[in-house]
Amino acid sequence: MAITTTKTAFWQGFRDGLPFVLVLAPFAALFGVVATEAGLNVFETLMFSVAVVAGAAQFTAVQLLSENTPTLIVILSALAVNLRMAMYSASLAPHFGPAPVWQRALAAYVTVDQSFAVSIARFEREPDMTVQQKLAYFFGVIAPVLPNWYLFTLLGAWGGKSVPPELALDFAVPITFLAMIGPMLRSIPHVAAALVSVAGSLIFTFVPFNMGLLIAAVLAMMTGAYAELWFSKRERSDG
Amino acid sequence: MDSVTIWTVILCLAAGSFGLRFVFIGLIGDRELPEWVLRHLRYTAVGVLPGLAAPLVLWPAATNGATDTSRISAAAVTLAVGYFTKNFLLAIVCGAVTLYLGLYLLG
Repeated sequence: MAITTTKTAFWQGFRDGLPFVLVLAPFAALFGVVATEAGLNVFETLMFSVAVVAGAAQFTAVQLLSENTPTLIVILSALAVNLRMAMYSASLAPHFGPAPVWQRALAAYVTVDQSFAVSIARFEREPDMTVQQKLAYFFGVIAPVLPNWYLFTLLGAWGGKSVPPELALDFAVPITFLAMIGPMLRSIPHVAAALVSVAGSLIFTFVPFNMGLLIAAVLAMMTGAYAELWFSKRERSDG
Repeated sequence: MDSVTIWTVILCLAAGSFGLRFVFIGLIGDRELPEWVLRHLRYTAVGVLPGLAAPLVLWPAATNGATDTSRISAAAVTLAVGYFTKNFLLAIVCGAVTLYLGLYLLG
């Protein structure tokens, strides 16, 4: 159904965002559990989710905090995980650019993997949408998700203390990362980047303060970028 | 872990994460970025997350770093299901089932 008004844009976004609640509510609850297990109190855990709004970065920060990593390295590592948000921002900028700055600031706060992915697909499908309709759609997608992100963090934080160790919740974090990585491996350059990331992080474990992860990430990004360039050149010379 | 450290991390991550999200939407507006920058940024998520997961899978803290068959199997199943179905939730569920089955059977 084509979007014709700002109001229908919002509600179309709302409907498209609704399924993400099913994914992100358990993820948020899990963060609540893991963060309180790591030693954060309920209020700190909730504020983490309210202020950062990025599951993978939050898990990274809490994981490193519990390993007594220096504060600066915790922050840099979690921000490295969030670097992809800058890419989302760059990709959304042409769509939201002309809007008032407070609306763009609000859009920045609610930019997450899901709101970005579903919105950019819609904008490409319906290039006739106005800036206001695009923003309304974007806010619509996040509207059912964000309150549940806060709520389930809180519920996880409250329930966390009663989780027995047999549940092996330590492994929830890597499982969550792996479940996100699987669908990201869309092309050979993506797979190559992932392999370099794994190899790099295992090889550079001797580097102090978890800086090995950042080295691995930079090498992986270069691998992906050069592999993409190589494949697109080859395609062009074949065609 | 003291509360000063926790709040330092929360506030810096809040500012940094917002900054990363706002930098282009807010400051660049509708100007375009050079293609080589975008090309590198496209591989950010896939460059960071696997490296983050790998040591947690191979040397889990819960076993004091000893490699564990149940956890490796669970990781492989999660990755495979995610890759083939593109379904995040299904991948997590299959990975969790594999982990519990492994821990139950192998102890």
